[in-house]
Amino acid sequence: MSDRSLTGKILPLLAAATMLLAIGMIFFYLPEMKGESGEVLDSSFRIFYFHMPIAITSYLAFTVVFISSVLYLRKGEYKWDIVSRSAAEVGVIFALLVLITGSIWAKATWGWYWIWEPRLTTSLALFLVYVAYLLLRQAVDVPDKRARLASVFGILGFVSVPLSFLSIRLWRSAHPLMFGEAASGSGGGLEGASLQLTLLVNIVAFILLFASMVSYKMGNEMLEEEVNELRSSLK
Amino acid sequence: MIRILDIAAKDLKEEFRTKQMLNSMVIFSLLVIVIFSISFGPILGSSENVEMVAPGVLWIAFIFAGSIGLSRSFVAELENGCLEGLKLCPVSRAAIYTGKAVANIVLMLIVEIITIPIFVILFNYNIGGLFLPGLVIALGTIGFVCVGTLLSALTVNTRTREILLPVLLLPLVLPVLIPAVMATGSALSGASMGDISQELRLLLVYDVVFFLVAQLVFEYVIQD
Repeated sequence: MSDRSLTGKILPLLAAATMLLAIGMIFFYLPEMKGESGEVLDSSFRIFYFHMPIAITSYLAFTVVFISSVLYLRKGEYKWDIVSRSAAEVGVIFALLVLITGSIWAKATWGWYWIWEPRLTTSLALFLVYVAYLLLRQAVDVPDKRARLASVFGILGFVSVPLSFLSIRLWRSAHPLMFGEAASGSGGGLEGASLQLTLLVNIVAFILLFASMVSYKMGNEMLEEEVNELRSSLK
Repeated sequence: MIRILDIAAKDLKEEFRTKQMLNSMVIFSLLVIVIFSISFGPILGSSENVEMVAPGVLWIAFIFAGSIGLSRSFVAELENGCLEGLKLCPVSRAAIYTGKAVANIVLMLIVEIITIPIFVILFNYNIGGLFLPGLVIALGTIGFVCVGTLLSALTVNTRTREILLPVLLLPLVLPVLIPAVMATGSALSGASMGDISQELRLLLVYDVVFFLVAQLVFEYVIQD
């Protein structure tokens, strides 16, 4: 119990501190962005330092869902089901935030909130897959069966994570690629220590935020299990 | 292997006895085409426009017809404890899945073989070759059915199965549908194998991945 309350306090505090630092770095530490021909870029680019860490965090969340689903099916221990349902719910929020921050940025740079191209479509599909996962959980009443079927879906759904990640590398896409090479030859572009440091701090901040949200959610779910157990023992 | 075919043959025999499912799938996919012709009415005059929307319309028809077929695939087994009977068969659980999937693939291919010629006639549409579009559509269908059969077994246990199946199925099969629609469009307008090799590879990879994953987890779906 002391262990739980310890991580329950330190983790959120750490997340809050890093998040403040990360936001501060975005607004005060980052130099002005220069385009290829030397012109100063619109500061709407700064939303990228939220957008990409959130995207990475949502991939991480769905990886957690996948791993704990496999572990549940193998071991049959209920705690893994709690992990996967907590990570899935938080992951859905992050997947939605990816779409929202991306749309805001797209409006500023492309002039439209949304265009239909592979990266955006697969990101939307990723969000929908895990919304469907939550719907599936609601549609089954028996806890045992719910955990089992949801685990199967969590494994199957994970197959669409790599496609969303790879889509800008596979197809010619309007979505900018910041690291690595695209199939069509363009790519890269984020250079300079201060930029990469800001990005790194932001990634760490969002992962800590994710971890503390999941730990809260798991605590809630465990309490709910306890309540259910008590209630059924009263009958 | 023989056992898999036995299970598929059982399903198909049952289906051909009444042809209930097959008839409604074919009619439904034709209805989708009719609705399409109504909603796109004025722009269908030129063959260029038809060429542009054809792969999309065909796939919408296949997917909708396929979803109805899949939603019945395991519901039929609920009657008279057929699923229990199947599970008692001296075959592995994965063989049950594969047999079911084979039967569903056959049904969907029949629907497609009927739908495509009718589409071609109704819209005065020229197909540039038979083999390549056939290959693309077959690969897309296999991927769709591989996921769909597993989810059909999965949703049979839930409260709102008929509604839940398409909601779960469509986002999951998107990795199959995107390359399938892209490649069908190019293949129908006469592209060569090399032009769509990337889409074909992606389709093949997802077919194999979905099939293998479904084989592995099917056991957990029907255990009770």
